[in-house]
Amino acid sequence: MAEATRLWEVFIRPRNGLSHRHVGSLHAADEVLALQAARDVYTRRGEGTSIWVIPSDAITASDPDHAAEMFDPTADKIYRHPTFYDIPEDVGHM
Amino acid sequence: MSDAIVTALLELADDHLVLGHRLSEWCGHAPMLEEDLALPSMGLDLIGAARVLYTRAGEIEGKGRGEDDFAYLRDERAYRNCLLVERPNGDFAQTMLRQLYFAAFMEPYWKAALGSSDAVVQGLAAKALKEVAYHIRHSAEWVIRLGDGTAESAARMAEAVVELHGYTDELFLSSEAAQAAEAAGILPGRAALRTAWEAALKPVFAEAQLDWPEKVWPQSGGRKGEHGEALGHMLAEMQVIARAHPGAVW
Repeated sequence: MAEATRLWEVFIRPRNGLSHRHVGSLHAADEVLALQAARDVYTRRGEGTSIWVIPSDAITASDPDHAAEMFDPTADKIYRHPTFYDIPEDVGHM
Repeated sequence: MSDAIVTALLELADDHLVLGHRLSEWCGHAPMLEEDLALPSMGLDLIGAARVLYTRAGEIEGKGRGEDDFAYLRDERAYRNCLLVERPNGDFAQTMLRQLYFAAFMEPYWKAALGSSDAVVQGLAAKALKEVAYHIRHSAEWVIRLGDGTAESAARMAEAVVELHGYTDELFLSSEAAQAAEAAGILPGRAALRTAWEAALKPVFAEAQLDWPEKVWPQSGGRKGEHGEALGHMLAEMQVIARAHPGAVW
């Protein structure tokens, strides 16, 4: 049966104020059943206050083969990290 | 008087335990993992309600019987559940339709029970209302998808209606015990809930392309302990461990 049904990615927001986090995937025939299945599979122990389901094939993912050109060029740009700035004491805790 | 109240609470508790156990039978056998979790999850809601009701019945009875005594040490003839909930799971269409029939009845029932004179019943009603709302939503979505699905699923859904609809009439019948509990303000009346039940189900049937059966041969007897063959087999499996090892704890 699983072959005939669409794959969905599930995102749960654990508490108000936090963002939705990817928790896993599941099979369901459509978005209504996907949401119900997500509730039954991923919020059994009170994990969530909100659920998103997204068709897996709607996600465009980066190609691992392109990792070198995508991510390596940032490796030598340490000046982008905020650790080089002097924060005036008056600013206090940032 | 209190005997009747105990019996009425047991009727309600038995409905929940038996249907809850039926749902648990899907565990490990559901057509997909997602439903393998969803069905026993609904079953646990029902068994949770049964536990509260058995415990309350035991308190009122005052003979020291508790939830396990009622669940595991009564024979088939002492069970007072309606026939609908003991029907075998059949295929997925039958399981989902049975669930929808029962949940659509229990929602207005629990709503009315919010005004119960018994604090335990009142508290349970508030909790169960949320659970049963989800049971309706889940089972109705499946009934719609199967009824309005492929030729095979539509035929099975229509067959499920033929198989089960005759058992729904018993939901609206009140035994003498239930009437006493109603008079005492502890449990709601049943007959008055038919309008709400039909109003909830008919739109689902329409969307599922299912005909609402106008002519059925109502089956009843569960409240008198007259059950189908299926319940005995179910209880045998459910009770065997408790009876083989009396008083065992883990």
